[in-house]
Amino acid sequence: MDANYFLGQDMIDALQNAYDKEISLTGKEIIKQIMDNAVVAKSEEVPMCQDTGFAVVFVELGQDVHIEGGSLEDAINEGVRRGYTDGFLRKSIVGHPLERENTGDNTPAVVYYKLVPGDNLKITVAPKGGGSENMSAIKMLKPAEGLEGVKQFVLDTVLAAGSNPCPPVIVGVGIGGTFEKAAMLSKESLLRAVGTPNPRPDIAVLEKELLNSINNLGIGPQGLGGRITALAVHVNVYPAHIASLPVAVNINCHANRHKEIIL
Amino acid sequence: MSEIKLITPVTDAITKKLRIGQKVLLNGVLYTGRDAAHKKMVELLDSGKELPIELQGQIIYYVGPSPAKPGQIIGSAGPTTSGRMDLYAPKLIALGLKGMVGKGKRSPDVIKALKQYNSVYFAAVGGAAALISKSIKKCQVVAYPELGPEAIYRLEVESFPVIVVNDTLGGDLYEEGTKKFAIRLK
Ligand code: SF4
Repeated sequence: MDANYFLGQDMIDALQNAYDKEISLTGKEIIKQIMDNAVVAKSEEVPMCQDTGFAVVFVELGQDVHIEGGSLEDAINEGVRRGYTDGFLRKSIVGHPLERENTGDNTPAVVYYKLVPGDNLKITVAPKGGGSENMSAIKMLKPAEGLEGVKQFVLDTVLAAGSNPCPPVIVGVGIGGTFEKAAMLSKESLLRAVGTPNPRPDIAVLEKELLNSINNLGIGPQGLGGRITALAVHVNVYPAHIASLPVAVNINCHANRHKEIIL
Repeated sequence: MSEIKLITPVTDAITKKLRIGQKVLLNGVLYTGRDAAHKKMVELLDSGKELPIELQGQIIYYVGPSPAKPGQIIGSAGPTTSGRMDLYAPKLIALGLKGMVGKGKRSPDVIKALKQYNSVYFAAVGGAAALISKSIKKCQVVAYPELGPEAIYRLEVESFPVIVVNDTLGGDLYEEGTKKFAIRLK
């Protein structure tokens, strides 16, 4: 619920910065409306966007934690059910991808688990809207296509997305691993506070370069033209097979929502 | 940014003056409609029946709001992707629909119909749903209540902020805006 009502300070700062930098008057006006929207959503405790998303949940489970009284996944779904019902959030999930009957309570969530040392249980909820998720893409490049191939694919994906993911966006990129690992890397990179660089200096440089090239595309806020198409590019990498170079791009809209709790 | 105030219903004389990139504040009545309601309306037309709403001079807003909290007029009500209505829109434009509000590009057929019938397409800011809801003063179902959030609602709005994207001259801000601000390297 909170994730849908309150935009994080990292996003508010990034938007203010974007407002200062945007040279298109229309673009500036749009960024201003997005910032005003965050203020209204917060003060009235209403969702900032009517698409309150698929509940994507990342669980970091300490190895020493023992959960009693039922399954964690059931508990998470019950939380989603209550949050979306009591919080007056839109129910956007259909129970069967082809039959498309709404489940009525926004369940089930998409849940990922990671086993970590210690005795904490950390749960991060990142509701994901359909508009931006639909514009994501993955490609298995040939290793010979290298860095240039990666850059080109990221730019092509953002260009093809155009106005659909409600720019300004945050672009998550996963490079390496396998098909699904690359997708996971790109999604996880979006959990970072906006604009926090990858700790690896070479990747941080790539993030900057990509941000620059994306903003040179001219798509701008809402795709109506301008210098600020993306607020940040986050790249995560992983070792790859000698024969492959997977690249995944996951786009997040300005309603970049996430909320963590540690139990 | 300077603003133009529009009060619905609108006439050709008014829509013809609008140009891409202008900021407009909409006032008066807007009708909502998404895919399901559009499909039903076009089916009625195709079978020679009357529509449940009079379209002459009106504006349709593509939206499926989140549920209203107690005491709220409407839930968060930002624009949805307009492309899904492209198949149906030209028929409604031909009947006198003078404007549509949504987000995202329109098809060449829609742009052609806008030009031919002096209608315009506006973009509202996608994701600015809480802000937009504040400009909605009244909300009442007028057709297809069985569709829930996809029913046709009659909204009364005050200073609902939108931007002209496709005007009666065939202009397209998605194309022209991007071209204007793109920096081509090499
Ligand atoms: S892309 Fe994001 S801001 Fe746009 S409608 Fe979807 S959830 Fe809302």
